[in-house]
Amino acid sequence: MTVPKKLVLIGNGMAGVRAIEHLLKLAPDTYEITIFGAEPHPNYNRIMLSTVLAGSTELKDIVINDWDWYKDNHITLHTNQTIKKIDTQRKVVISESGMEAPYDEVVIATGSKPFMLPIPGADKEGVIAFRDIQDCEKMFSAAKSYKKAAVIGAGLLGLEAARGLLNLGMEVTVIHKHPYIMERQLDEAASLMLRKELEAQGMKFLLSKHSASITGRGRVKELQFTDGSHLATDLIVMAVGIRPNVDLARSSGIDYNNGILVDDFMNTNMAHVSALGECVEHRGVAYGLVAPLYEQGAVLAKRLAGVETAGYAGSVTSTKLKVSGVDVFSAGRFIETEGSRALRIQDDMAGTYKKIVIRGGKLIGAVLFGDTADGASLFASIKSGESIEGREKELLLGISNDLLGKSGGSASRLENMPDDEIVCGCNGVTKGAIGDAVLNKGCHTFGELKACTKASASCGGCKADIEGLLHLFAGDAVGESAKEGICGCTSLSRDEIVEQIQSMRLMTIKEVMHVLDWNNKEGCSKCRPSLNYYLGMLFPEDYVDEKESRFTNERYHANIQKDGTYSVVPRIYGGVTTPADLIKIASVAEKFNVPLVKFTGGQRLDLFGVKKEDLPKMWEELEMASGHAYGKTLRTVKTCVGNTFCRFGTQDAMAMGIKMEKAFERLNAPAKFKLAVSGCPRNCAEATIKDLGVVAIDGAWEIHVGGNAGVKVRACDLLTTVKTEDEVMEWTGAYLQYYRETAQWNERTAHWIDRVGLDTVKKALEKQEDRLALVERVQKTLSLTTDPWKEIVDNDELRKNFEPIAGPLPV
Amino acid sequence: MSKLLIGKLSDIDVRGSRTVRVKETEIALFRLEDGSVLAIENRCPHKGGLLSEGMVCGTVVHCPLHDWKVDLHSGLVKDPDDGCVTTFATEIDPDNGAIYVVI
Ligand SMILES: Cc1cc2nc3c(=O)[nH]c(=O)nc-3n(C[C@H](O)[C@H](O)[C@H](O)COP(=O)(O)OP(=O)(O)OC[C@H]3O[C@@H](n4cnc5c(N)ncnc54)[C@H](O)[C@@H]3O)c2cc1C
Ligand code: SF4
Ligand code: FES
Repeated sequence: MTVPKKLVLIGNGMAGVRAIEHLLKLAPDTYEITIFGAEPHPNYNRIMLSTVLAGSTELKDIVINDWDWYKDNHITLHTNQTIKKIDTQRKVVISESGMEAPYDEVVIATGSKPFMLPIPGADKEGVIAFRDIQDCEKMFSAAKSYKKAAVIGAGLLGLEAARGLLNLGMEVTVIHKHPYIMERQLDEAASLMLRKELEAQGMKFLLSKHSASITGRGRVKELQFTDGSHLATDLIVMAVGIRPNVDLARSSGIDYNNGILVDDFMNTNMAHVSALGECVEHRGVAYGLVAPLYEQGAVLAKRLAGVETAGYAGSVTSTKLKVSGVDVFSAGRFIETEGSRALRIQDDMAGTYKKIVIRGGKLIGAVLFGDTADGASLFASIKSGESIEGREKELLLGISNDLLGKSGGSASRLENMPDDEIVCGCNGVTKGAIGDAVLNKGCHTFGELKACTKASASCGGCKADIEGLLHLFAGDAVGESAKEGICGCTSLSRDEIVEQIQSMRLMTIKEVMHVLDWNNKEGCSKCRPSLNYYLGMLFPEDYVDEKESRFTNERYHANIQKDGTYSVVPRIYGGVTTPADLIKIASVAEKFNVPLVKFTGGQRLDLFGVKKEDLPKMWEELEMASGHAYGKTLRTVKTCVGNTFCRFGTQDAMAMGIKMEKAFERLNAPAKFKLAVSGCPRNCAEATIKDLGVVAIDGAWEIHVGGNAGVKVRACDLLTTVKTEDEVMEWTGAYLQYYRETAQWNERTAHWIDRVGLDTVKKALEKQEDRLALVERVQKTLSLTTDPWKEIVDNDELRKNFEPIAGPLPV
Repeated sequence: MSKLLIGKLSDIDVRGSRTVRVKETEIALFRLEDGSVLAIENRCPHKGGLLSEGMVCGTVVHCPLHDWKVDLHSGLVKDPDDGCVTTFATEIDPDNGAIYVVI
């Protein structure tokens, strides 16, 4: 048996690990692999950081290979280990902490470093880059305590950061030294259109501005410009460019220029040392996008596996801005110069722009704004270098040759594409992988393909190509490009379903699924709970709640924890309790050996680590109402002290909170909702990040709505100001019912308000008669609720489900 | 192989579940709408979630922790995830509704 050779990868990022994935497929047993990464995380998709920041993805979702993947593939992974030197004599790599690892082959993939403007004050707290998870986390936390953000640099990265910060609720100003934004990717016309669109989304711009210094004691306070003007800000994100990270080459005697110098097979000048990714320079070019890096990775993997391969010949790149609501695409050389000519169309009404640049009969560049559907095919034509003579107008107008009945269109281009060409750059999906998914894994719709291969799941720039390939491989078997319904079981939307239920008076989940022709008659964990909610909301008196269609938490009326135990939260109205109740909670906790007691974020006591079979017994002894800390219902009404004790208080916040909690407890809703009442504008109960928050002012109450303090922070909007407690109750009831009737299942008020618009809500609640009608409906529903804990304690048939079946008997 | 008497049909709600411990193994028994009872090991292959607490849709149970879907007949995890759970044969006495599990 041959001893595997030792392969060390330095840099646990996108390019390096991609090459390893490839290598594992080609030669699984040739190497014993060790990876060093300076970050504490397993390999993740850096591209998706912008979507994480924008709130549409969570950090955990962007991990490409989790810890298990390394284990399963026998890869030794050292995170938090920065390699400082490669000793090419002894053939070992040495980390900053002194760790050493021998190698037969070593690959450098250290990516790049964000370029930080060397201006005075750039080292202050609150000045950051946008490169890794840590930067994202810094932005999340800054947005919690500060309001104003500045982004220096209006390139792709800067704008994506700015969009994310807007979503985090910050006021964002983008500073750019050029007179127009994204000048490296767009021409002036497209840039102007983009700016208009972003301004409409709330971004502010300061153009032709050069930053001079940053001031502030400890933390940044102000950004000064060379023209003497300045901008107050609490956070500065620098996105002015990246530099290939050549530190290791420098300390190890490896040749570098801008980046580490490599040949077409990713060799450096040093034997057994290869490099790839953003840290390298190939034929004079250092790339800052993943598609070329993946191509480099494929070549390197083949070479390391001993498989014959053509060298890497460089890439033409395309870019797409990942900002929702704006479609921008550019590729190749899109600024016309001498010897090239440009054709363009601009439609200011539709907000679209398209320009193609031609040289010597070939397409060399393109810019699209507003409608980027043709991006993929234009890009392909740039890459292939085919002649487009006689087809210029068709390309410009976007009428495909297929439509015109000529050959040479996109279909034949896709047909001729080699199997190992990467179609989706973000996720490194090849044409071959798409073919395999369609032919062997039964993916016959775009959605299925996306789920199965991840193609088009990041930036979406390749959608047209993926759809083209789907048609190519599946032929007539292409499924309906299914309209996306509330889940995979139906193509109907929430509104369609609710409308049908109402008009046909469908009364059970089963009936809905049958009549509305669910394609999965059993439903799933998405549609069943939502139908259960819609039916209950529409017919509070007649519908019998189906507990099997509720999640664990709501079936067992306690929160399931990761180890299968539960946590119990008794209701403590308004956060106000009594010594007697505290004693009772404490003694129950002791009696049942509760390992952890904690105050929740909403001023309640949470008893953790309770065994399921103990739940009913605990409730019985507690004799308190369920705090509903588990359901899609009213969670808590947080209060401050108010005028009872506080010297600032103008109104009785505790009494108001308790009244509200008693009135609305147990109310089911599309998602959980939280309320709060503060006794004065100091707002100690943090009422303006709640689904509904009441803030007392002298002689009146302000009602704020649509706030959220979760992953994506959203501050409330002021709904109205009222004089009396009764009015507070009326508006709250009406608001909650309107939300219950119009929101989608699982949609928090913050998203709901963003979707339907504050004005719509204001309008719906404007007239008192409308409010009273809503209040009447919510009252009806509330009058039918009961306390689930009590119900279970008193009912053996329900109670049995908490116990395991006694002992099995052998027969 | 041994056959164990677990309980009777009415111990389990339709589309509900109960658990039983046999030596080291916790078994989850599900009663489906068609009257059958299926038994699997009560441990999700993902992170050990208790499948007995999950929602039953047809012949599939959704793990309560991260929504993996496990087929109760085969024990196989449904796409896009991978894995499987041990299944146990069950018998129901049509006369008195007694449930047996074969281990
Ligand atoms: C917010 C954001 C959005 C982006 N969007 C896009 C996009 O839409 N499309 C696109 O194509 N590209 C995009 N990119 C660029 C893309 O992420 C990079 O091109 C790609 O990640 C580079 O891969 P890499 O492996 O060369 O470097 P990286 O992924 O950066 O990996 C390098 C790793 O090496 C580690 N490292 C560095 N030095 C050492 C050392 N001495 N020892 C050990 N470890 C070390 C680093 O910590 C890092 O984890 C984006 C980048 C960012 C930051
Ligand atoms: S919000 Fe006002 S009334 Fe309430 S505790 Fe704070 S300062 Fe006092
Ligand atoms: S533990 Fe079951 S899905 Fe994660």
